[in-house]
Amino acid sequence: MNGITPSATVGPFFLFGLVPSSAGGIDLITNRLATPDAEGERIRIEGRVFDGDGTVLPDALIEIWQADAAGRYANAQEQRANTAFKGFGRAPTDSDGFYWFETIRPGRVAGPEGRAQAPHILVNVFGRGMTRHATTRIYFADENANAEDAILGLVPPDRRDTLIARREDNNGEPVYRFDIHLQGEHETVFFEA
Amino acid sequence: MTIVYPYESLKAHPRYDYEGYRSTEKRSPKQPLVLLPHTLSELTGPVYGHNDVRAEDADLTRQHAGEPLGERIIVHGHVLDEDARPVANTLVEVWQANAAGRYMHVVDQHPAPLDPNFTGGGRVVTDDKGYYRFVTVKPGAYPWRNHHNAWRPAHIHFSLLGHTFLQRLVTQMYFPGDPLFAYDPIFNSVEDAAARQRTISSFDLENTMPEWALCYRFDIVLRGRSQTPMEA
Repeated sequence: MNGITPSATVGPFFLFGLVPSSAGGIDLITNRLATPDAEGERIRIEGRVFDGDGTVLPDALIEIWQADAAGRYANAQEQRANTAFKGFGRAPTDSDGFYWFETIRPGRVAGPEGRAQAPHILVNVFGRGMTRHATTRIYFADENANAEDAILGLVPPDRRDTLIARREDNNGEPVYRFDIHLQGEHETVFFEA
Repeated sequence: MTIVYPYESLKAHPRYDYEGYRSTEKRSPKQPLVLLPHTLSELTGPVYGHNDVRAEDADLTRQHAGEPLGERIIVHGHVLDEDARPVANTLVEVWQANAAGRYMHVVDQHPAPLDPNFTGGGRVVTDDKGYYRFVTVKPGAYPWRNHHNAWRPAHIHFSLLGHTFLQRLVTQMYFPGDPLFAYDPIFNSVEDAAARQRTISSFDLENTMPEWALCYRFDIVLRGRSQTPMEA
């Protein structure tokens, strides 16, 4: 057998399979990543997902992958004793196209040519009408390191703001807003990874 | 040994905008994708509560008080990378319609019966040879509204986490010889014929269980090759 198995849409009916709690089951992967023992700044990431008409997607699935506050990625082979933080999350959108994650702000990790990357979170978007998932990144607006980030530097300057989550205050809790536009005037930058 | 993830391998995937699959029209990116170098972020992988998967999660016929209606089947195979090395200890999640072609989902309005003994979701972790095995019932075909008289061929949805962010795959497994293949835009959105064949399971007589269940084999290939010395 030569070549990879091709992708197919997640379809409209994935909830009971990928988020079993929606059908009375137990989730392995959730949108609450911040474990009680995790060090670092607790943040919330939230946003909505839109199609090319500006209509919300009530049936999308968002997955994220990120480092801990010290810039370390969890490793399945080598469980770290000092924290239960894993860094992988999954959230379906609701009927308003809305998703959220409770997590911690990631630290900086190594990047191309030994230069540290600005703090970021990897994102995959799945949905009905999407033959493959779409890959993007969340960066943080209040982060000076963005200016020197090698990956942001590859993105056309006038589109970089689609990757920057804006900080808002929700009764003293930091919330970063990250809307995702699959197409249209504000189309989010997606990567061929 | 260094594992690399060639961009060329992605050509097996369908385009985001596939004319025959109507919902892609407003949900496909129109701007060029930005080629992403593979940094530590992409080369590490999803970690979750591996230990929380229970053996009974892999048997979709034993999640309720009674047994579901339909044709009992075994679906098994290996998860491999592009060098045919096993992808061990990785999560495989499946979901499907019941034998009548109805999903356990509020949005599914197909007037076929729900089965109180079948939810249709399962999961298993591959062993050290990349092997997985589910027991389920064969899903039915069902209609959708993509075009006049549109029907999906029977299929099981598969989700694979892999060992790195770059191996993530969601796909659909079909059954051999389905008469609906020629008419299904999701099946045909994979434009390369050889790649399309890789989404069809094979009937596995050898591993049927006599007087109990038929068997289908579905091997899944994720991205990843060892870097050869020439390329290093």
